[in-house]
Amino acid sequence: MKLAYWMYAGPAHIGTLRVASSFRNVHAIMHAPLGDDHFNVMRSMSERERDFTPVTASVVDRHVLARGSRDKVVNNISRKDEEQRPDSIVLTPTCTSSILQEDLQNFVDRASLYSESDVILADVNHYRVNELQASDKTLDQIVRYFLNKAREEGSSNRSLTDMPSANIIGISTSGFHNQHDCRELKRLLGELGISINQIIPEGEFLRNLKDLPRAWFNVVPYREMGLMAATFLEKEYGMPFISKPPIGLLNTANFVARIEKLVNLWASVSLGKEVNYDLYVENQTKFVSQAAWFSKSIDCQNLAGKEAAVSGDATHAASITKILVKEMGIRVSCAGTYCKHDAERFNEQVQGLCDEVIITEDHTEIGNMIARIEPSAIFGTQMERHIGKRIDIPCGVISSPVHIQNFPPGYRPFLGYEGSNQISDLVYNSFNLGMEDHLPDVFGGHDTKGVNTKPLSVDRININWSPKAESELRKIPGFVRGKIRRNTEFFAKQNNISEITVDVMYAAKEKSSF
Amino acid sequence: MKTSETLAFECETGNYHTFCPISCVAWLYQKIEDSFFLVVGTKTCGYFLQNALGVTIFAEPRYAMAELEEGDISAKLNDQRELERICLQIKNDRNPCVIFWIGTCTTEIIKMDLEGIAPILEKRLGIPIVVARANGLDYAFTQGEDTVLAAMAHRCPEYKHYAEQESIEHATLVKNSSNSKDISQKKVLTKSNLVLFGSLPSSVASQLNLELKRQSVPVSGWLPSQRYNELPHLGKGVYVCGVNPFLSRTATTLMRRRKCQLVGAPFPIGPDGTRAWIEKICSIFNIKAEGLEERENQIWKKNKDYIQILGGKSVFFMGDNLLEVSIARFLIRCGMTVYEIGIPYMDKRYQSAELSFLQHTCEKMKKPSPRIVEKPDNYSQVQRMHELKPHLAITGMAHANPLEARNIDTKWSVEFTFAQIHGSSNARDVLELVTRPLRRKDGFTSNSRSLSKQTLGN
Repeated sequence: MKLAYWMYAGPAHIGTLRVASSFRNVHAIMHAPLGDDHFNVMRSMSERERDFTPVTASVVDRHVLARGSRDKVVNNISRKDEEQRPDSIVLTPTCTSSILQEDLQNFVDRASLYSESDVILADVNHYRVNELQASDKTLDQIVRYFLNKAREEGSSNRSLTDMPSANIIGISTSGFHNQHDCRELKRLLGELGISINQIIPEGEFLRNLKDLPRAWFNVVPYREMGLMAATFLEKEYGMPFISKPPIGLLNTANFVARIEKLVNLWASVSLGKEVNYDLYVENQTKFVSQAAWFSKSIDCQNLAGKEAAVSGDATHAASITKILVKEMGIRVSCAGTYCKHDAERFNEQVQGLCDEVIITEDHTEIGNMIARIEPSAIFGTQMERHIGKRIDIPCGVISSPVHIQNFPPGYRPFLGYEGSNQISDLVYNSFNLGMEDHLPDVFGGHDTKGVNTKPLSVDRININWSPKAESELRKIPGFVRGKIRRNTEFFAKQNNISEITVDVMYAAKEKSSF
Repeated sequence: MKTSETLAFECETGNYHTFCPISCVAWLYQKIEDSFFLVVGTKTCGYFLQNALGVTIFAEPRYAMAELEEGDISAKLNDQRELERICLQIKNDRNPCVIFWIGTCTTEIIKMDLEGIAPILEKRLGIPIVVARANGLDYAFTQGEDTVLAAMAHRCPEYKHYAEQESIEHATLVKNSSNSKDISQKKVLTKSNLVLFGSLPSSVASQLNLELKRQSVPVSGWLPSQRYNELPHLGKGVYVCGVNPFLSRTATTLMRRRKCQLVGAPFPIGPDGTRAWIEKICSIFNIKAEGLEERENQIWKKNKDYIQILGGKSVFFMGDNLLEVSIARFLIRCGMTVYEIGIPYMDKRYQSAELSFLQHTCEKMKKPSPRIVEKPDNYSQVQRMHELKPHLAITGMAHANPLEARNIDTKWSVEFTFAQIHGSSNARDVLELVTRPLRRKDGFTSNSRSLSKQTLGN
């Protein structure tokens, strides 16, 4: 048992439902107790979805507990089949129902005899994987199922498209800024002369999946969903894939370079000439994206050397760390992710970019880390935003868990060249607001808050401050005051000083790099 | 249309959307100030709570999950040891006066003996541990509160019958007879010993207290009280009355286990309900209620603007929180036509006074009796709504946006659970909620009748 107040990634069935309900005309039936269909609320409210979420529950109640589901699940499947004529029905177990150990595969087999739709059992272990891993697994499972089916029927089409084309794998409902990212990615590929073969799971029909192998290559914009499917397609159909996300100018340039290489594998045969995207990248970097110029401008000079802490899913946290360090000259004191399953890769990505790496699913650990470091800005999830609120540090939200604010009606991609503009805004505004907030402090204005001592759970050192030193401390701007207090106390402790005077304060200051 | 037909009850498949009953911790931890709620369940329960309760989760709430892991499910780990470790941590961090264990579907299925472990740990830790099984296998949404209150009813101190009590009081009276006013007040209290049950915000509770005090019926206590150690005395000779329609289990427990006498009344929702509620309580104590009619009329008059909007409009309750019958009855009295009252569970005995009041109201307002659909089927309900085209659907959040896109105005039902809707003075709050979708200016999407993206079917 674990005492838990909050979690970054949801339970496995959420991942399965995200994939199933993103495909077009697929219905998911949850084998779940009453009230477990909260996914419908989330989708309808946070995404302001206009249509009924294609998820229903086959309710597990006392009767089911006593005598098993019997025909209930099968009847629910055939009923949905008749009512809504979906192409496929995905039977989704939940953590509760998986303990019942009913033979769901048997229900699926029986139901497929009567129903016209394909019935699939989502195969994930609810006690071992989380939402993200389950979404990856389910997408892989569905892709495999329909490609194998097409192969058996002899309807699979493996001939490459005439012109270069790509699949985008991993755009789904409830994904962080997924809709905007998808549009930006389509535009980016379009400008490179690459057509989109398919986008899965979002909005695709399952019967079209048989054409997936016709693309020249696959793009997996987020490591959290789509890697397994892409790996399968590479192994079985020899399709190469790009899994480094085009977030930030450097990453986007890399991304385009990878595409150039992949296109040129076939270009001389199909197009009669090789492609070269150098000019495109230069043009975009110089003129379309403002991010490069922004980093060069005086504004960004002010940010140089400022400290930040980054936390989020593996894709976004790693990319944002890279942008902050390499494109804006900001110091990242700590980068972290809650994607424990992708820890190795994350470490590799942020190696040499930050002072420390933290990999945890416990938000209090992240909170303590932030309180200890006291960065000038945080880039994290909604949870970090609230941690920031409590200790007066501004925060830019860069990653899921999602919130209604992460579904803005306006165009806000994180990917590609427009994405780099958006990220510049986000980063700049976070720091800038922090400064504005503290300007009154700098001029010794209305400081009614007293001394800034708001550690989340950092150990306090019990050392006396002389009244003079205390008033001196109050003159220091709020945003560095906590840090100076701590440094001074640390210095005093090291030198066995029991009372801090003004002299001690300045001695400490000289000693440290402040 | 015939108006005198009797109420029609139906029961559908139970494929409907509602909140999991563990959501009751959201309002109960705020109500019982010195409590801590520990939900013993899985990631699914935790994810539901953190999403449904939104920002409260960031405010260091006094509730948490004891998240079950694979080892707990396969009984590799010892339940008692695990719970002890977690409760000790809670005791050290928060020092609550009581810990509530909320049992979930998973603890039911793996048959974790929460009721058996609780007394052992209670002794060891020195904190009362109350167990409530608020799970989705048996209950819907607000019924979670019912299970918690029923469990709390066992913890209320025993009430001594007033003959005994009086003699004790007499003794104290002789001892310190300086304050005679205090004594006479106590006498009234013991003679008409009324305990109200149902969790309400303290301001609403005191409003209801005041309403009864005006009729000289003092309320001697509430279940739940503001603090755990202020629980009311229960026993033979205590009258109990519910303020919410979903408390049938609590009512049963109070009657059967604590030997209290239940006052069956309509619920104090709307000025009509509040008046009927007070009248019924007064009649139990042989008191002639005074000034209620004027007071009710006053409220109707004060809310004429809102009632005008509702007159002649129709409403459809999809059903998810058990408040449906009372609110429907109030809205019929406001001149609305109710097509259907969906409801998760219908206790005809506990709600009998409310049901006959509903029928009476229909006759009085010359409105057709609505059909009452227990364990509704949301899919069929949406089909019926397409035919009936109600002016307003009162529904859960899963259906609200899709219905709006199909040009059916909606009000989320959850808001009725969290808003202050009890007593005459809060009638306006209910009307405010119900009229809000109807007050929005129409016409800014004049060219597109429906904003649904789906072209075929519904």
